[in-house]
Order: sequence, then structure tokens, then C-alpha cells
Amino acid sequence: MDIIRNGIVLFLLVGGLFFFLVGTIGLYRLPDVFSRLHATTKSDTLGAGLIILSIMVYMGLDIIVLKLLLVLIFIWISNPTAAHIISKAVYHNDVLDQKEESKDA
Amino acid sequence: MINFMIISSIFLGLLSFVSLYRAIVGPTVADRVVAINMISTKVSIIIVLVSIFLEEKNYVDVALIYAMVSFITTVSVAKYLERGKLF
Repeated sequence: MDIIRNGIVLFLLVGGLFFFLVGTIGLYRLPDVFSRLHATTKSDTLGAGLIILSIMVYMGLDIIVLKLLLVLIFIWISNPTAAHIISKAVYHNDVLDQKEESKDA
Repeated sequence: MINFMIISSIFLGLLSFVSLYRAIVGPTVADRVVAINMISTKVSIIIVLVSIFLEEKNYVDVALIYAMVSFITTVSVAKYLERGKLF
């Protein structure tokens, strides 16, 4: 029974790290502000959700699970809101919406 | 299982250094804001992992407060970029 729980925890943890890696590669490689925002936001939300879910499975029945759920719900609310506000600020401001000069990134 | 959590937090630290490259080099201001937002999410997750493998359960509150502060930072910087003033 213990090895099944450890397997679930390890699977969720590696999945969360994979999504963080994908988001960071997208932030490093993509050429534009909107595409970088598109890459980071969804993978960031999913990676944080998977890692906190793995810790909730690891801790079992405890009062800390409620605190972790509070952190997770706050991240799930605040992260898309922040992305929407940044993209609205770039869209309404023509000075910020300029393409990158060199394409070597 | 504790060792995997330590390895995961080290890996997230290395990824936040890669994001810090975009925050320093990034051609526009919005790129830097996106990179700082991603770094703060990673730091919040690292605080949760540290509180689990040090068995100090009160540190989860620090992660919650850090997420709130980073959200307010991002919203205020974006509003300042959009309108040129905060209020």
C-alpha cells in the first residue's frame, strides 16, 4: 500500500517538473511577448497544481492539506489574472508591442 | 521520498536561473514582468517543498503570503505600464 502511494507521489512530482521545464523552455525560446505569455502561464499553473497535488497525496490526512489547497486555489486564481492584465497592458500600449530585433534566441 | 523533494527543489532553482536570463536580457519591459511572475511562482513552490522536507509545517503560510505579494506586484507593474500612473 505504501509503494503505491510513493509511486503516485513520484509520478505527480515528475509531471509537475516536466511542465515547469516546458514553460521555461518556452520562455527562453519563443520570439514574442504574447507567445512567451502563452507558454509560461498554462504550464506554470499545471506544474504548480501537480506538485502541490503530489505533496497533498504524500501528507495524507492532515490539517496541512487544507493550507496546501488554499495555496493551490490562490495560485489558480491569481496566475491567469496576472497574465490577462499583462497582455491587456501590452495590447493597449503600442510602445511595448515591438518585435525582437535579433532572431538568434 | 524526501530525497526526491530535495532534488526537485534544486531543479526548480536551476530553472529559475534560466528564467532570470529572460528577466535580465529581455527586449521589452513586458518580457521582464512575465519572467518575474514565473520566478515568483517557482519560489512559492520551492517554499512549499522546503516546508515539507524540513517538517516545519508553518512555512506553508509563508508560501501563501509570497504568492499574494507577487500577485500584487505583477498587477501594480502592469497597471503602471498600461496607464502611466497607478491610481
